[in-house]
Amino acid sequence: MSRIITLRDALREAMSEEMRKDKNVFLMGEEVAEYNGAYKVSKGMLDEFGPERVIDTPITELGFAGIGVGAAMNGLKPIVEFMTWNFAVLAFDQIVNNAAKTLSQSGGQFGCPIVFRGPSGAAGQLAQQHSQTFESWMANCPGLKVISCIDPVDAKGLLKSAIIDEDPVCVMESEIMYGLKGDVPEEEYYTPIGKARVRRKGTDITLISYNKMVLECDKAAEELAKEGISAEVIDLRTIRPMDLDTIIASVKKTNRCVVVDEAWPFAGVSSEVTYNVQKFAFDYLDAPVIRVNSADVSLGYAPTFVEEYLPNPTKIIRAVKEVMYVNA
Amino acid sequence: MTQVLEKKSKKTTKPKYSKKQYLDWYKMMVRIRKFEEKTLYCYSLQKIRGFCHVYIGQEAIAAGLTSGITADDKLVTAYRQHGIALARGMDSNSCMAELFGKVTGCVKGKGGSMHFFSKEHNYFGGNGIVGAQIPIGTGIAFAEKYRGSKNLCVTMFGDGAARQGALYESFNMAMTWKIPVLYIVENNGYAMGTSVSRTSNVKDIHTVGEAFDMPSEAVDGMSPEAVHEALQRAAKHIRAGKGPYFLEIKTYRYKGHSVSDPGKYRTKDELNDYKEKDPIKITEKKILEYKYATKKEIEKINDTIDKEMEAAVKFADESEYPLGSELYDDNYVQENYPFLT
Ligand SMILES: Cc1ncc(C[n+]2csc(CCOP(=O)(O)OP(=O)(O)O)c2C)c(N)n1
Ligand SMILES: [Mg+2]
Repeated sequence: MSRIITLRDALREAMSEEMRKDKNVFLMGEEVAEYNGAYKVSKGMLDEFGPERVIDTPITELGFAGIGVGAAMNGLKPIVEFMTWNFAVLAFDQIVNNAAKTLSQSGGQFGCPIVFRGPSGAAGQLAQQHSQTFESWMANCPGLKVISCIDPVDAKGLLKSAIIDEDPVCVMESEIMYGLKGDVPEEEYYTPIGKARVRRKGTDITLISYNKMVLECDKAAEELAKEGISAEVIDLRTIRPMDLDTIIASVKKTNRCVVVDEAWPFAGVSSEVTYNVQKFAFDYLDAPVIRVNSADVSLGYAPTFVEEYLPNPTKIIRAVKEVMYVNA
Repeated sequence: MTQVLEKKSKKTTKPKYSKKQYLDWYKMMVRIRKFEEKTLYCYSLQKIRGFCHVYIGQEAIAAGLTSGITADDKLVTAYRQHGIALARGMDSNSCMAELFGKVTGCVKGKGGSMHFFSKEHNYFGGNGIVGAQIPIGTGIAFAEKYRGSKNLCVTMFGDGAARQGALYESFNMAMTWKIPVLYIVENNGYAMGTSVSRTSNVKDIHTVGEAFDMPSEAVDGMSPEAVHEALQRAAKHIRAGKGPYFLEIKTYRYKGHSVSDPGKYRTKDELNDYKEKDPIKITEKKILEYKYATKKEIEKINDTIDKEMEAAVKFADESEYPLGSELYDDNYVQENYPFLT
């Protein structure tokens, strides 16, 4: 049995189910308790679990991320919510220098089973400081796992896997996708970390993406289908470790690949995918892999800037036609 | 949440400041209030988008800033900044156009509500990262000292921001190095939905300064006179080379945190208590009492400001959006920077 729920509800179910099962799991962050979450993801959780386990913090990202790390090293399983990942930048020291490295530094004695979660990516006209993606930043760091996913069914299963995972996991959501609806099973399930999902089957071209850009790929694929081009759409879901098997199998079938990534182009997820495709599917490629990213600049406020900045179906279709050697 | 405000001073018969001073404060506060009312209206029409935080209720602080420091002093604050920008002397046209995302805006449509800047007005901007401007303001002041000027940098932040570690690091260095920085926490009682009392045992935020031996005091933020006087005291101390000063200005925001916040975490009574002490109302009363202006003249001032704000909206509305390609401007000083495509 399944029902249709929003991404925000799916994420809350994931946290609540794990908190019911394991007393060591708790949620901490700005406005998560009394305000029910800045984006209402934790709505009702204070009522169910009480203030010992659903904890409002002051605006002190570095401090509470570090408290999470310490608590995790000492046997608890914190879920640390950042209002958005833009503010998690203040906490990168604790995530990168401690959460990611504790196991290695301690020769395997101290793990850090913690989840850092919150929205990543542009969300309208929010300008430079509030519009960034952080998958590439976090995935660059060994010791961390990185999930980035907006499909309610996958996001729920992956967040549950992240919470029970023994390693630190960064989970990236999307401010403007919390209301996105999808079919989610009634019964409990886990979605494995490190596995991509083929959202749409196709034969002519592989579109690889993650987070809300998968929806832009869906739209592009619809349009392309009308022109007789069959696009396969892959949602990476997990950024690190990356599911190369699914990517490579698809490219070997379609022989063409476009990566659609909201992150900036330089040293990003798109470069990583592209590197692996050329390495492991070189002989199968009929064209160079190209990518559609956000513009290589800071995003400004005006609507014309947002339009210029983000990947969209038009830009994706143009890229697909380029690798298909079809005139646009 | 209850804030202890200094009791309103008893009816003074003798005005403390000149006619010009009172009228200047009054006009600035009314301009800010009316600018923000237009902002909210235009937001409801979706002409303004994104995160938008208005200054309504806190105008007396901006008014005090027009007289308590000099135009050469520097200033940096957070995202609740429209009123501060006007107080720095920026014009309503370029501010409103920025809210509309137009190329005629003070940062060419790049920043929107949270990020006005003006080098001409020594305004180092609205910062969107809570607390980030605390060390930045300290650094701006560091540069003034380094160059041997007499200027200070006013560094403003909210009660929520006062809990960020950056404050403690900055306070320590500023005190140790005698940096000419005037820290102002605008304590409006809440950081989003979180009251001051829920974020720390230290509810009188100015006492934080004591840990660093920094002169610190609480100020009634509903009174332009009180703000002005506190700024002058602080500025005198700082300009004498004695290092930083910390003012906790107690104020209140009448509206939600941002346009999307209904503000359910506080009571109507609390809000109404503050509206009783509304700085615009009180200053208007004083002006009439001191016979600095007649009712008619006050009306005329209000009419003129209404016209100014209507003109600002018209200007913003009729201006052009920047071209999408202008997104590539101002990312590097270097010309022809090779962006990846
Ligand atoms: C580092 C950081 N964390 C969180 C946020 C989200 N946020 C924006 S404003 C705000 C509340 C700040 O309150 P306060 O400092 O009291 O200023 P006020 O809004 O009352 O003027 C929060 C949590 C942010 N912008 N930056
Ligand atoms: Mg506040």
